Amino acid sequence: MNNQVMFFLLSAIILIFSVLTVTTRRVLRAAVYLLFVLVATAGIYFQLQYNFLAAVQLTVYAGGIVVLIIFSILLTSHISERAPRASAAKAALSALATVAGAILVLLTVLQFNFTPARLEKVEPTVTNVGRALVSYKEYGYALPFEAISILLLAAMIGAIVVAKKESNQEKQK
Amino acid sequence: MAFDIYDFTTLTSSIHQSLSESLPPLAVEMIEWTLVGLSMLIFVALFGLILVYLERKVCALFQQRLGPMRVGKWGLLQTIADFVKLLMKELITPNRADKFLYNLAPFIVIIVTFMAIAAIPFAKGLQALDFDIGVFYVSAISSLGVIGILLAGWASNNKYSLIGAMRSGAQIISYELSVGLTLITMIIFAGTMQISGIVDAQASGWFIFRGHIPAIIAFIIFLIAGTAETNRGPFDLAEAESELTAGFHTEYSGIKFAFFFLAEYVNLFIVSAMATVLFLGGWQPLHFGSFEGFNQVMDFIPPIFWFFGKVMFIIYMIMWFKWTFPRLRVDQILTLEWKYLLPVNLFNILLMTLIVLMGWHF
Repeated sequence: MNNQVMFFLLSAIILIFSVLTVTTRRVLRAAVYLLFVLVATAGIYFQLQYNFLAAVQLTVYAGGIVVLIIFSILLTSHISERAPRASAAKAALSALATVAGAILVLLTVLQFNFTPARLEKVEPTVTNVGRALVSYKEYGYALPFEAISILLLAAMIGAIVVAKKESNQEKQK
Repeated sequence: MAFDIYDFTTLTSSIHQSLSESLPPLAVEMIEWTLVGLSMLIFVALFGLILVYLERKVCALFQQRLGPMRVGKWGLLQTIADFVKLLMKELITPNRADKFLYNLAPFIVIIVTFMAIAAIPFAKGLQALDFDIGVFYVSAISSLGVIGILLAGWASNNKYSLIGAMRSGAQIISYELSVGLTLITMIIFAGTMQISGIVDAQASGWFIFRGHIPAIIAFIIFLIAGTAETNRGPFDLAEAESELTAGFHTEYSGIKFAFFFLAEYVNLFIVSAMATVLFLGGWQPLHFGSFEGFNQVMDFIPPIFWFFGKVMFIIYMIMWFKWTFPRLRVDQILTLEWKYLLPVNLFNILLMTLIVLMGWHF
């Protein structure tokens, strides 16, 4: 009973603020509405007793990505700025695409025959998390872990190259 | 109603039983939520007032003054009088501010502190949330606090506020890394992220003694980075009053200002409580190997006094930093984090792993 009330509350927050995120014309407010959506998603994970994923959701999305978005908005835009209103044709096309997407997702979800999961509960101890991260067997994450490391390395090198000052010799040329 | 100051589980379970006898489970749950919420609220309000009083007294001590003395005996009622004054003040909103975000920012800051404080173990059985990932939860929640500060600075539509918010954002994002890495160091040693498990594991000796060299390095880094996380001096350039009037909360008045003020002191408490839990044994008494007599005398002191004693000690140290060191410049703050604390921290994690693997600890 309690769980259902909380689920409907969190779902309502997610739905309302998702719509507000894309309809508001103030860019920082969009970022804040997005923050509410992400935090409410973390709340649903907590409801599922999926604490580890919920904490990851909070750290990575709410605490990391939204903070970076807000930070870049702070650097680039002024408080009085408003995004221009979308043209009628654009709005109609987006509405059409949204409705089509929603129908597609609903059809898939409603047709799918859900069976209760039979996986054993794994305690998120330090050993288990560490083993899962570097294991290459079933349910191991070694490959995605390494692939993401390469991506991160490339991004970091790129950031340093972009931010690096030109040396005096190059300026003289 | 059974009450045992050494073990609060008897108190909470007896409350639960007496409620369950006459009420349906849903009502019991609702009443218990309300009770926990109310006690958190009262604790935060009272403890915030006490900390503000302490800060003024400690500051006075370091500057060879008396501090507040007029209101009540030794000025004890001074902060209560200040609080009543803040409640009665007008709430001013700047004309060109983004009203929604301007009013939202103080609530984000204060809600985040409440969510973090729920995971703090005050004594045996006196902990609202005990997740299996407790330490990770606290660090995840406290990473949200900076959003409130950034929004406050931007929504005020004031240059000083914006500069203060940017400085505070850069500082908190950098130092979060150090706090996280010291937490990882101690999690490697403890082998668990559950806060009650970490406290229980220290029954035979506090981690700062058992983990020796890497634990002491981690403790020092945690104190430095924790001070920076709470935006306190010498890292208070986000609200440097000589340059930025009051930084991100320049435009706030009355109770909205009080929210930022209260959140700063509650964050100070949370940082000290986490340092206590991870390094100084939480509410566990001080035990030395086989000195049975000494250990029994220490056991006689109730855990809740141990917890608050240790927390107060760390709070006093952080206040000591504030009134001793001069404020750092923004480039010095970033140099300290990225060139010194981060490499030391990464090396320290390797050292801790080596010590745990080889069993070179007590």
